[in-house]
Amino acid sequence: MGLATFIGGIHPYEGKELSEDKPIKVLASEKGETMVYPLSQHIGAPAKPLVAKGDHVLKGQIIAEAGGFISANVLCSVSGTVKGIEPRLVANGAMVQSIIVENDGEEEAIEGFGTERDFTKLSKEEIRQIIKDAGIVGLGGAGFPTHVKLTPKDENAIDYVIVNGAECEPYLTSDYRVMMERPEEIIAGLKVILQLFDNARGIIGIENNKPQAIKKLTEMVKDEPRIEVRPLLTKYPQGGERTLIYAVTGREINSSMLPADAGCVVDNIDTVASIYNAVCRTTPLIRKIITVTGDAVAEPQNFEVRLGTNYQRLVDAAGGFKTEPEKMISGGPMMGQALFSLDFPVAKTSSALTTFTKDQVAAMEPTPCIRCGRCVSVCPEHLVPPLMMSASLRNDLEKFQSLNGMECVECGCCAYTCPAKRPLTQAFKEMRKAVAASRRK
Amino acid sequence: MGKLFNVSSSPHVRDRITTQNLMFDVVIAMIPASVYGVWQFGFNALLVLVATVVACVLSEYVYEKLMKKPITITDGSAVVTGMILALNMPPEIPVWIPMLGGVFAIVVVKQLYGGLGQNFMNPALAARCFLLISFAGFMNDFSAASIGFDSVSGATPLAQLRAGQEVDLAALVIGRIPGTIGEVSVIALLIGAVYMIVRKVISPRIPLIYIGTVAVFIFVFGGFDVTYTLSEICAGGLIFGAFFMATDYVTSPLTVKGQVVYGIILGVLTGTFRLWGASPEGVSYAIILSNLLVPLIEKATLPTAFGKGGSKK
Ligand code: SF4
Ligand code: SF4
Repeated sequence: MGLATFIGGIHPYEGKELSEDKPIKVLASEKGETMVYPLSQHIGAPAKPLVAKGDHVLKGQIIAEAGGFISANVLCSVSGTVKGIEPRLVANGAMVQSIIVENDGEEEAIEGFGTERDFTKLSKEEIRQIIKDAGIVGLGGAGFPTHVKLTPKDENAIDYVIVNGAECEPYLTSDYRVMMERPEEIIAGLKVILQLFDNARGIIGIENNKPQAIKKLTEMVKDEPRIEVRPLLTKYPQGGERTLIYAVTGREINSSMLPADAGCVVDNIDTVASIYNAVCRTTPLIRKIITVTGDAVAEPQNFEVRLGTNYQRLVDAAGGFKTEPEKMISGGPMMGQALFSLDFPVAKTSSALTTFTKDQVAAMEPTPCIRCGRCVSVCPEHLVPPLMMSASLRNDLEKFQSLNGMECVECGCCAYTCPAKRPLTQAFKEMRKAVAASRRK
Repeated sequence: MGKLFNVSSSPHVRDRITTQNLMFDVVIAMIPASVYGVWQFGFNALLVLVATVVACVLSEYVYEKLMKKPITITDGSAVVTGMILALNMPPEIPVWIPMLGGVFAIVVVKQLYGGLGQNFMNPALAARCFLLISFAGFMNDFSAASIGFDSVSGATPLAQLRAGQEVDLAALVIGRIPGTIGEVSVIALLIGAVYMIVRKVISPRIPLIYIGTVAVFIFVFGGFDVTYTLSEICAGGLIFGAFFMATDYVTSPLTVKGQVVYGIILGVLTGTFRLWGASPEGVSYAIILSNLLVPLIEKATLPTAFGKGGSKK
């Protein structure tokens, strides 16, 4: 039997060599720096501000609280003064109400910040509360509030806690660096989660293009009866939630199901490390590991930065641009968001800044579909993109849904592989938005 | 920052393969069979090849120019159509016939239906059938080509098999037989087929199922005779049709299950035509007929979306 994987998928150029051997560099926040905290950095209702202009705030202080059941707290990552609450640009191009704080450079933290805590002495409720207070959400990009994920209807039905160390998105290396440099945080964080689920086994899934990480973690968990490292075949989108669950457990979920319906809880590497920091070190989520990479920056590398830091600072810290980029992406090339400016803050769901001197896509003219079937064979959701595309071109929402268009995870495999360079994924995103809007009506 | 960056929707990278590369690979894959055909049948075969390709490309250009559509001749699909049509011609055919066929393939079968990707029949094959109906005499005359083969009369191996005669299997495999320009040498065709499979231009699914079905069909209904079955597989246009025409992207099903069904239907139709049809050859008609069924096959074989297959534990 081969390595655990799924059916479909692609092998895009990985580009990880640019930054995979660069240790995480901690980028301190400086006095006078303006930090921006969008109230919506997660899936669900925006957070409600708890501070007002002129207030003095501390590092680790909750400055906006969860605005509903599915929502998350926003914390201040520095100490300083609130300068205002106003709309600011975020990575996806939207203007989002944000709390602006000027760093006073004092690093004054809330009481108890950084104290060690023995998680085995905490109750399940206490652990969930700590995670909620710490503002932790899925840091892999989705931003689903972690405390909600860790509170399924039936916690005894969970038999797998999967740590997503696939990092299948090209160019990204931040999870890899955490696995290499802070593996103990991942393992301890996983143990904290396992304490919530009595019947579960912990599985750390890692793509086999990271043999060092597999080796290191396997070695470290060899005496942990409930934890196991599972090497996965390197293939995009191996780290997608549905594909990962399938690879590890053989269970399938669709768009109307949650991982918990398949007895799984899936958390990203950095999320698990953040859980460890919140629970065992009383250090809530105030930082993020970000890969700054691509062929346009002078020194591609991995940074640990405070949430709220301006992206321009990341570029400066990476030596600036060696060539003017034609394209900049928040995230990686397969699913990232193209940017028109660098003036936006590092948010919980930020993972990377990828810069390209050439935009390959702009140079490619879409031509007619030749029905080659390549997109069909790579789609991890087993869809038929050309038929969905014709429905999209006719704006036929009914047909799109009957072709299971709402199962599309927007992974980009079809568009990547299409020899006719058809903008398949792009069209499906629009259609999915249109269908979602029509369903709300 | 003064400069505007390119903002577009993800994914931001693309595979290197383009329609043009794929078509170019198909052309390369047909070179062994073309070279063999020209070597065996002589100058007229070369003339037919060149003239048909030129007719296809030129008619595409002229049509698109007149219709003020974007010129697409560089995508290579017209070249592929031209080559397939030419390789389907008897070697001594007057050149104007395949040229006429080329114009028909491009203008009537392909462009009038909306151009590349929109046609529901393989243009080269539709043109061949059109020529077979219009110029039956020329299209079925393989006699001149047999000059130079001592052991073979003007009849093609399929005609001989039909008449109950034995054929020389080795000659079939090498191609020392009369037939159309491109179909005769099994070896040359297989070299091209392997090239396309290795380069992932085609999947072997359709051709193997197609040929397999024909084999079973002929074996069962043709009297359980292994040599006879093998001869039927190597003779006529089956190998050429299975690898180069049944795999035409545009006119074969997109879905995996659909491709399996398609291969089986092709096999059954070909077997039926071969054993009981009016003419001993059946590949072209089988493919054309099956082309028409593709939308139906596709509809009936839509894959189950991931996670929609009912509960699994
Ligand atoms: S990959 Fe592109 S050309 Fe091929 S079937 Fe899909 S949409 Fe059509
Ligand atoms: S973007 Fe959607 S349709 Fe395309 S491969 Fe991914 S899941 Fe399939």
